[in-house]
Amino acid sequence: MTTEPILQVENVTKTFGGIIALNRVSFEVHEGEILGVIGPNGSGKTTIVNCITGFIKATSGHVRFRGKNITGKAPHKIADMGVARTFQIMRPYYSLPAYKNLVIPLFSPRARRTGGWRGGGRLGDRNTVGIDILEEIGFERDSYVPYKMTSTLPTGYLKRLELARCLALKPELILCDEVFSGLSMSEIASMVPLIERIQMDGITLIMIEHRLRELFQVATRVMVLNFGEKIMEGSPDEVMADARVREAYFGSEEVQEVMDHA
Amino acid sequence: MEILVYGTINSVALALYALGFALVYGTSRLPNFAHGALYVLSGFIAWSALNTLGLPYLASILLTLIVTAIIGAIIYQFVLIRVRGMEISEIIATYAIALAILEGLRWGGFKGMTYTLPAFIEGSTSIAGVSVDYQRLLVVIIGAAMVACLWLFTHHTRIGLALRGMAQDERAALMLGIDSDMMALVAMALGSSLAAFAAVLLMPLGNIVVESGYNVLILAISVCIVGGLGSWAGAVLAAFLIGFAQILTAVYLGSHYQMVVALLAIILTLIIKPSGLFGQQKELEERV
Amino acid sequence: MTTDTAQRRKERIDRGIKVRSDGIYALLSWRELAYLSVPRLVLILGILALPLLMPGMYWQRVISIVCIYAFLAMSFDFLAHYVGLVSLGGAFFVGTGGYIAALLNTTFGLPPLVTIPAALILGAAVCTLLLIPCLPLRGVYFAIVTLMYPLFMARLIEALDIFGGTDGILGIDSFTNPWVEQYFVVVMVLVLLFGLRRLVNTDLGLVLRAVKDNDQAVRASGMNVTRYKALAVFIAAGMGCLSGACLVHTYMWAGISQFALDFSVLPIAATVIGGSGTLVGPVLGCLILVPASELLRDFGTLRIVFYSLILVTFIVFRSEGLMVYGQRKYHQFQRWTEI
Repeated sequence: MTTEPILQVENVTKTFGGIIALNRVSFEVHEGEILGVIGPNGSGKTTIVNCITGFIKATSGHVRFRGKNITGKAPHKIADMGVARTFQIMRPYYSLPAYKNLVIPLFSPRARRTGGWRGGGRLGDRNTVGIDILEEIGFERDSYVPYKMTSTLPTGYLKRLELARCLALKPELILCDEVFSGLSMSEIASMVPLIERIQMDGITLIMIEHRLRELFQVATRVMVLNFGEKIMEGSPDEVMADARVREAYFGSEEVQEVMDHA
Repeated sequence: MEILVYGTINSVALALYALGFALVYGTSRLPNFAHGALYVLSGFIAWSALNTLGLPYLASILLTLIVTAIIGAIIYQFVLIRVRGMEISEIIATYAIALAILEGLRWGGFKGMTYTLPAFIEGSTSIAGVSVDYQRLLVVIIGAAMVACLWLFTHHTRIGLALRGMAQDERAALMLGIDSDMMALVAMALGSSLAAFAAVLLMPLGNIVVESGYNVLILAISVCIVGGLGSWAGAVLAAFLIGFAQILTAVYLGSHYQMVVALLAIILTLIIKPSGLFGQQKELEERV
Repeated sequence: MTTDTAQRRKERIDRGIKVRSDGIYALLSWRELAYLSVPRLVLILGILALPLLMPGMYWQRVISIVCIYAFLAMSFDFLAHYVGLVSLGGAFFVGTGGYIAALLNTTFGLPPLVTIPAALILGAAVCTLLLIPCLPLRGVYFAIVTLMYPLFMARLIEALDIFGGTDGILGIDSFTNPWVEQYFVVVMVLVLLFGLRRLVNTDLGLVLRAVKDNDQAVRASGMNVTRYKALAVFIAAGMGCLSGACLVHTYMWAGISQFALDFSVLPIAATVIGGSGTLVGPVLGCLILVPASELLRDFGTLRIVFYSLILVTFIVFRSEGLMVYGQRKYHQFQRWTEI
């Protein structure tokens, strides 16, 4: 790719006390691609999301979004520039009905400028726009599901809601922190086309995942982390073929299984 | 020199105020707003044991410690256990208990100059030209010993370790067979008797005043916030920082400003280093 | 009897309106119209009629005080249950508003009807500015710091000996007419009550509630959480300052005791007893607690003991409060059914 990358992460290091969570991690994300990030538990996947979105401050290193340095900026400013994220431990507004969850991102300055996911720069009634977004993300419009209290929704819908809340901002980049985890096979199967649709919309994605099979279906490039260090980066095929990755992460049988299915 | 000596004494007093509060909040996440009230209450218990029951001094101190621990346990067992986990309710309930105790004492006529506890040892000595009475020296020595004992207790006894386990992760502790309600009860009883301990140690230095209940609470909390909870070193250091800052302001600006120092310390800490002097990431997330 | 109960169970049935969506009702009969409007009418007319029903000046004054506390209680309820900031320092707002109104009145000779709105806005601005460093704090920490603010202000006034020092400011104008005084506060209670109820259901109100639910997610949605908290504090502080200003003009005196505990505690007790998170509950709570505490005036500080104990009892055994209980009973009825 010849264009300037949308996100550049340069030598980001994060330490918690004496523990090194991230050690000089660098990578780039280009417009329109889906970067998968994999790694065993505790390899610093969520930490990197937190560092990029400003929820924690990197100890050293830089993050650039569209060439602008966003290191150490406040989370809401980074989100306002168009970097949205989901949370691994879902954080919906439990005391509100599902569709009212979208009123909040739609109230943000960015959504007012952009008009929400499909909005052409003008924002209509927030409730209506919210329900439209929910419908596109897989909430049945004419059922009672969008109107149910969030606290009563099952995990599948909550994961979608997390994504919907990102989309409401009309972001340029979404960082998905394990959107597939905790879902059944059929639920994941229905999420994959959704991810593809988001990509077709011109939104770049970084997906942190444990479900390799589904990730390798959608990802254009995969980065592997282990103990806070980047082991390798490449196309899904290259990653699966790499011996270091197997050793560090997979356990050989699983690789075999994934390769069979991919 | 005077500043150094009195600063040290004041700091140790602050550390004593804070220990009980820190213990309870650190282990069971209960903000015990009744801490200051228990402090004053135990002062009056000691006074009545001495003067009304006519017990010897040592016996009445022991009695005070035990009675206050029981009161703490009762407060936990009958009130706090029902509101645990509901933050707003915890705050309001303990605060209401504090008010009930303090205003009840005030109504009961416990005010004015008449209530004092005798010093352990009369007399005074001089350190580098500053005269210090024995009681204050004793406060410093016993206070330091107390901090050391608590450290040993939490690091080397079964109950102490269980308390620390609970402080780190209550659910994990539950899975390891630690009865968290029982432990919170123990923490509350211990915290209360620490308040009583501070009271019998420090009250001979002045009168027993109902208002000091609020001041003690605020000072204890300031020390805990500035120090960062869960860190003994932080709490002690914070006690010294605030203690000396208070003495300095009292000397150079006037004693009215002493309370102002505590609040300013809190606000400055929160702005500059929100997790407290020795706080950890986990705590930062909780606070902001 | 035992076999009997084994065969039966309690059933809860909604008494509500059949067709209803999101606050829009399709009313099918006069009965349904009455079902909706009677509680609201009873509340409005009841509060408006209160001053007329009181036997004398003394009790009319009590009603004014009830209303003044009601501002505070609503402000506590709003802040604690819709924004998630538990403020134990209601007295801070009262004192600030009170002193500003008193100073405006004594130095510039402005009449109460000017000083009160001025104190509301100025006071809210001052309080918000002073509280801004504490806004990132959560839960217990915010509660602790706000508890210290009124004490801090009182000590400061004492130490600097400004604004009349410990004597306070005397000779403040009262309202020209007792009826104006009465109806000003009574109408303000209603305006604020319905205003707040509307506010928490607007989109802005939803954002505030979202901040309480989950501030990280709000931040991830590109909104400055601290700014919204500041806005909420501004609203709540404004209400607190309003009550301070009214109080000063009612008693014709401003002093350090306006930073005293009473103003922090009674509103909290009223909120818990009346029903947290309902906004009407706090008003109801004040209607019960303030006259009760007037009756107990002879007992001095025992009053505080009394409502602290009520508070503990309610929080432990009936934490939903009277209003929520009443609403449930109104909307549903219970009956035994055969299984």
